[in-house]
Amino acid sequence: MKTRATFFRKTKDSLMRAFSGFATSMALVLMAWVIFTIVREGHSSISAELFLNASKPFGEVGGGIANALLGTVMITAGAAALALPPALAAGIWLAEFGKDSLLARAARFTVNVMMGVPSVIVGLFAYGVLVTTTGHFSGFAGSFSLAILMFPVVVRTTEDQFSGIGDALRESLLALGASRARSTLTVIWRAARSGVVTGVLLAVARVSGETAPLLFTALFADTWPTSYFSGPTPSAPVLITSYTMDSPFESMHRIGWSAALTMAVILLAVNITARYFGAKRAAKRK
Amino acid sequence: MRRILDTDTAFRWFCKAGAIVGLAVAIALVAVILMESMLALRTAGFSLVFSAEWNPADGSFGAAGALAGTAATTLLALLMAVPLAFAAALFVNAAPPNVAVPVAHALDLLAAIPSVIYGMWGLFVLCPLLQSVLSRFGIEYTGFGLAPSSLVLALMVLPYVSAVMRDVLAQTPVALVESAMGVGCTRWEATWDVVVRSRKAGLLGAIMIGLGRALGETMAVLFVCGGVSAIPTGLLDGCTTIAATLANDFAEADGVHKSALFALGGILLAFEFAIQATTIPLIGRRSKK
Amino acid sequence: MNSRKITENILSVSTATLLITGVAVFGFGCNGKERLKINGAGGSFPAPLYQSWCFDYSQDISHPKVNYQSVGSSAGISQIKAGTVDFAGTDAPLSEEDCEKSGLEQFHMVSGAVVPTVNLPSLAQSTFTLDGDTLADIYLGKIERWNDTRIAALNPGLTLPDLKITVVHRGDGSGTTHIFTTYLSSVSEAWKKDIGIGTLVKWPCGIAGQKNPGVCNNISRIKGAIGYTEYTFALEAKLQIAFLAVDGKTVKPDEAAWPILGKTYILTRKDTPADKMSAMADFFSWCKQYGGDTARRLHYIPVSK
Repeated sequence: MKTRATFFRKTKDSLMRAFSGFATSMALVLMAWVIFTIVREGHSSISAELFLNASKPFGEVGGGIANALLGTVMITAGAAALALPPALAAGIWLAEFGKDSLLARAARFTVNVMMGVPSVIVGLFAYGVLVTTTGHFSGFAGSFSLAILMFPVVVRTTEDQFSGIGDALRESLLALGASRARSTLTVIWRAARSGVVTGVLLAVARVSGETAPLLFTALFADTWPTSYFSGPTPSAPVLITSYTMDSPFESMHRIGWSAALTMAVILLAVNITARYFGAKRAAKRK
Repeated sequence: MRRILDTDTAFRWFCKAGAIVGLAVAIALVAVILMESMLALRTAGFSLVFSAEWNPADGSFGAAGALAGTAATTLLALLMAVPLAFAAALFVNAAPPNVAVPVAHALDLLAAIPSVIYGMWGLFVLCPLLQSVLSRFGIEYTGFGLAPSSLVLALMVLPYVSAVMRDVLAQTPVALVESAMGVGCTRWEATWDVVVRSRKAGLLGAIMIGLGRALGETMAVLFVCGGVSAIPTGLLDGCTTIAATLANDFAEADGVHKSALFALGGILLAFEFAIQATTIPLIGRRSKK
Repeated sequence: MNSRKITENILSVSTATLLITGVAVFGFGCNGKERLKINGAGGSFPAPLYQSWCFDYSQDISHPKVNYQSVGSSAGISQIKAGTVDFAGTDAPLSEEDCEKSGLEQFHMVSGAVVPTVNLPSLAQSTFTLDGDTLADIYLGKIERWNDTRIAALNPGLTLPDLKITVVHRGDGSGTTHIFTTYLSSVSEAWKKDIGIGTLVKWPCGIAGQKNPGVCNNISRIKGAIGYTEYTFALEAKLQIAFLAVDGKTVKPDEAAWPILGKTYILTRKDTPADKMSAMADFFSWCKQYGGDTARRLHYIPVSK
């Protein structure tokens, strides 16, 4: 047997430890750099005006991002309304009833594949289905595309959470005479709730930052989002893209960066709270 | 006599309906993309993939450049991200909990930042930086192209790969690690020779997830790639990717051009499909208690 | 399969269908019924002006709300042909047959200048001049460095940097490109023969930017870059404009003799419903009547009517 010198092995060990620490720090440093850039570029335009005014076109004073933020809320809420009922139902079905049937296996595979579909392609699909046919862009078409992106993630999370609960609980409920419906919707749901809620919040947060599908479906408008179903609807990601990359006006660049900063802060806050409460709940359960 | 419709049946069918909706949408998506690509597949055929002449004004739709760009940016991104992700996963698993938990959360937050912000950072910070750094070495560079695209993609893929690797490594039975240490392995030897070897499939699956994410990324790459439709030959060359081409051209495309874009989307979809199909058996599912 | 399972399957499939149909009906059926809205999209060339006009016009609540999005001329044409917008703006005019075939009306709205812009920090304070032939050769890739003798000849007294020329052009179908390539074809036989005129041409070299602002962004980020943009964008992005030598004299974009001028057009569909048609007619005549000052302020040339 080949013996390796202890010194050599110890050095290798130390080197790899150092490298793993280095790699982690590098990742964190890069992230800090990106956040620092957003803060540096975006903080100067943060003002009450920014959050109260609607966006205004080139060169006009007093433009804000309020309509875009509101539009994002509407489009994301619409996406959640479209995606959550079927997704939660599907996840529960896969975990509780379908299990290993042919339909279940097909559904699981499809859901996994859907997780990998690029958002651009979902945008194309939504464009073909809802924009060309109706003859106008709409916030609803945007919600539709975001819902497709959200659906598989929520199904996966729900299924994972529900299957993670031991059968002992189910069997004791059945022994007590509860119907499957009642037991799933009350007791088992209560056990899986925190994980599912965390997963849903994270999915909603991620989807609210998607730009590509909205470019093809909701476009943008310099007005308050009153035409959710009938016309172009403003949204924060599209505003960020068009103000920073699509405008020569320095003032619009500033507003775009401020919008990016706002979105980043909101998303990070949602992520941190969701994870924190999710972990706390899980720990409490144990 | 049992009622045809009792609460349980009703509940079951409602849930099943959810699964069917999902299936229906997925099938519709594939169908629409296939249908829309037909025109281009009939007209351009194999030249879509093998020719690098992308000139919609002329009617030539050779997307070899976009395909090569997609492949190159993805591979380079993975080359940079995977070792770092692996090392970070090792760190988090080995470090004491009061360090590991915040670090893990911080890494996960990298994934929470929308991709458009990475694209902005790339355009406003990375590209000028690359240009000025390389000019110090006498290399004249625009700052756009393969290099910044791969770097930004690597940054985006890193948190996902790292998170999955962390989960995979955490699933190793403690007994395995302890027995390795018991025979006198150093920490690194235990990890590399024993743990990694036993978790190879899962780690490979994590890399595939990163691959899938990088392939489809649009906004981060769109503004830093340079939009050059030729096959990139060097790190400093301008390039384009399938996703970037789709985002650029779709709004103005019609006829064969639009169909060609759908066909490219279909190719991307096929790749994603293949990746997901291989990843699932590798990572496996979380076991039922 | 027992009756329970059959019932289950039938009911789940029908629920799924109902859900999907419900979503579809909702998506197709709903139409907001408030103030009339007009949506337009098209080139980035006139976008600063059109969006300003839309904003001023829509301030009056009795007017319909008009919205113009800058998506590029070709995208605008595509959208109006598909009927997903009410009007389109393009700097590359459609031919008569194309208008006939697609059922579109086209008219000239405003004119503007396209200017070559450069990023040469060492020359920022000086007047930099090129001429048509040199510009064409730069874009053809024949002139590769800024201190080339031909450029030096046009700029006696300036020390030109030894820097590689990075050409920036449009990556999307662009009316601005159409105007620019029309000019290049008129001054360079080589350009006319090899590349020609178009909204999307086979650029021999360089990198692409998205719409006018994208080109501006790229130019400002790359030392030694040259690009072509609409005049307003170059001014707002604070880019250095290269003046052109015409017949031996240096011409500035503000002057009447500036050679790269382009007209920009509006496209509407002949089958637009009457209420939207009259609303649009009202808007466009308002622009022609009251919009001249805004146009001149933003360096466009309004159509004199």
